[in-house]
Amino acid sequence: MIRVRVDASKCQGHNRCLQLSEELFQVDELGYAHERNDGVVPPELEEKARLAVANCPERAISVEEQA
Amino acid sequence: MTTEPVQDWKTDYDIFNRTYVKNPFPIWDELREECPVAHTERWGASWMPTRYEDLFKIARDIQHFSSRDVLVAPNGPPPEGEEPDPDVPEELRDYNAGAPPITSDPPVHTWARRLLLPPFSVNAIAKWEPETRELCRSLIDGFVEQGRADGAVDYAQQIPPRVIASMLGIPKDEANMFTEWVRGFLELGLTNADVRGEAARNIFGYLWERIQEHKEQPKDDLISYLLSAQVDGEPVPTPHVLGTCFLLLVAGIDTTWSSIGSALWHLAQHPEDRARLVAEPELLPTAVEELLRAYSPVTMARVVTEDYAYNGCPMHEGDKVLMNFPAGNRDPSVFADPDKVIIDRAENPHIAFGVGIHRCAGSNLARMEMRVSIEEWLRRIPDFRLEDPDAVTWAGGQVRGPRQMMVVWP
Repeated sequence: MIRVRVDASKCQGHNRCLQLSEELFQVDELGYAHERNDGVVPPELEEKARLAVANCPERAISVEEQA
Repeated sequence: MTTEPVQDWKTDYDIFNRTYVKNPFPIWDELREECPVAHTERWGASWMPTRYEDLFKIARDIQHFSSRDVLVAPNGPPPEGEEPDPDVPEELRDYNAGAPPITSDPPVHTWARRLLLPPFSVNAIAKWEPETRELCRSLIDGFVEQGRADGAVDYAQQIPPRVIASMLGIPKDEANMFTEWVRGFLELGLTNADVRGEAARNIFGYLWERIQEHKEQPKDDLISYLLSAQVDGEPVPTPHVLGTCFLLLVAGIDTTWSSIGSALWHLAQHPEDRARLVAEPELLPTAVEELLRAYSPVTMARVVTEDYAYNGCPMHEGDKVLMNFPAGNRDPSVFADPDKVIIDRAENPHIAFGVGIHRCAGSNLARMEMRVSIEEWLRRIPDFRLEDPDAVTWAGGQVRGPRQMMVVWP
């Protein structure tokens, strides 16, 4: 399985990840993004997680494979 | 406006040159390839990066690149010996309110931005969608039967001023006046300090009066929100509120109408994209990002804080750097087929709203206005074209978009 992470020190609130997947991301009242469900990505959302990485202008999102 | 012809774009670029304003893309390609940080002595001198990676790095390097002045043209004091303008309130005559937080560096930037983000969050902006949609519909009602309209003047230009006026809590029926002022400040005024100064004084003076009214009679709007906000237990100083309102009015108008206009300009010439968006409106948010990438309107500047060699370029303290995010968004090393608008482009980390701590605070508003205005237009006018492509006029410099654009439909 994979996990998705938002690096809070890099996020500037573009909300591109939120637009791609409200299942994986949420934003706080200032618009900064946080991963939902401790970053656990269900198999059907793996493609969206990878797209969030590719579309983040701040390079704040990463995915990691976990055994 | 006429200027000396450009001999060499690498050392003498002119962002107000007519050819550049109309079609800057081949020039950016040449610069990106041959001289990725160009320089000019024109308009007060500046440096101009065109590669995505350089823009990314410079925008995030707030130690070397300050935002204290985001426009390139010099903005000197009013001419000496002139009597103070009686319309300008005394508190403001010697005070340069600026436009925080776009013109701020940390630490002021940090609290000024924090103050502004909640009313521009995606959820807060969603509340303005019905009013925006209603506005778009009524504008279209006004010209749909004629089979012909100016997509820039009659549509794109009408939307952002009214929405931001509603949000601020100032009269919407004065939107045309705001539009004139903002064009005076950001278009004509970029090359003419007198025009720019007068526009700024008009906007500051007008907003100052509205702020006084809000102090006496608070309402449920942005001006009252800013006036009642506290930072570290203290109210926000009124000149700061004025500067922020100035930013919201100026930045919320010229930029988004340029984007809406460019989107219509593209769609007028691409029936396949129109047909697809009509058939699959759920693609619109993706298409909006792609149109933002391909036709990014905004090029803000930075000021070099100390002598510094960036990639071998000998930058000096006080030099301006033009953040050419629009050129970065067509960098082939990041975007495949960068000059092609692919409305379902899946990987699109564009930096039309900038990158780093000055990411456009109004990006959610701009996106919503673009999505709704395009959706409503296509719903009523799915098939349209430019009446005469050569007759379209463009504004350029630091904000690029069509200004006269007659379109016709069956």
